[in-house]
Amino acid sequence: MELSGYGAAAPERLDATFAALANPTRRAILARLAEGEASVLELAEPFAMSQPAISKHLKVLERAGLISRGRDAQRRPCRLEAGRLAEATEWLVGYRRFWEQQFGRLDALLEELKATPKTKPHPPRARGDDR
Amino acid sequence: MTSPAKLEITTPSELEIAMTRVFDAPRALVFDAFTMPELVQRWLLGPDGWTMPVCEIDLRVGGRYRYVWRRERDGSEMTMTGVYREVAPPERVVSTERFDDPWYEGEAVVTLFLAERDRTTTVTQTMLFESRETRDAVLASGMESGVERSYERLDEVLAAQAATARR
Repeated sequence: MELSGYGAAAPERLDATFAALANPTRRAILARLAEGEASVLELAEPFAMSQPAISKHLKVLERAGLISRGRDAQRRPCRLEAGRLAEATEWLVGYRRFWEQQFGRLDALLEELKATPKTKPHPPRARGDDR
Repeated sequence: MTSPAKLEITTPSELEIAMTRVFDAPRALVFDAFTMPELVQRWLLGPDGWTMPVCEIDLRVGGRYRYVWRRERDGSEMTMTGVYREVAPPERVVSTERFDDPWYEGEAVVTLFLAERDRTTTVTQTMLFESRETRDAVLASGMESGVERSYERLDEVLAAQAATARR
């Protein structure tokens, strides 16, 4: 059994989110926006990229719900939508991390069960193989 | 336990993922913890903020199980169901696994194997998928570098965001 990617968010939305994150420039843009909103020009500055190229990345991020754009027609400032990031990470904690967490709880439960030997096992007939 | 036991994840074949973990308890107890609803509901809770309100287990060949997880914040749910193919307590259970809102293609066959040694139990869970693509997609859901790195990046972004908010 496996539970890591158990997407609570719609799978296609997560696909879009992770596709958007699969690019270093877009991650750098998100990191920049984590410091506060910025215009396309301001975002383009640290990169050796044209404004249209940056705009393309912003469109991908916007479609993935990771950023939003302001209404101001001139500047259209971009801001980070941290909620989507949190949603994407909640279940996608990773296969290993997920199971380590579950099994950590199981360790605690087993310790408790060992200390209370009265716990009744399955009645034999209920667990028998029917063959 | 003194230190957390190590979780090993391997790929025994092109279609499989195997997870191995040692528990400091006798096998019968570990078997119960994996197969009795009132015990499963105490540890297989999902990520923080989720609970497992429904856990139905009919532990016999051809019997069904149904697990439902719920996120407390907004009530969204996740359901997993399957049928038992082999039931051999306290050593082995083979079952199918399928999600109502599937995040991987089709159905997987899961083999739970328990081996006892010196009062500790080694649990091996092997998932057999319908295709290599599906298996790889499940691995990519976090275990391997790509998304795991994305996740770490997200951590950084979120930490930066939190730091900014505090300023």
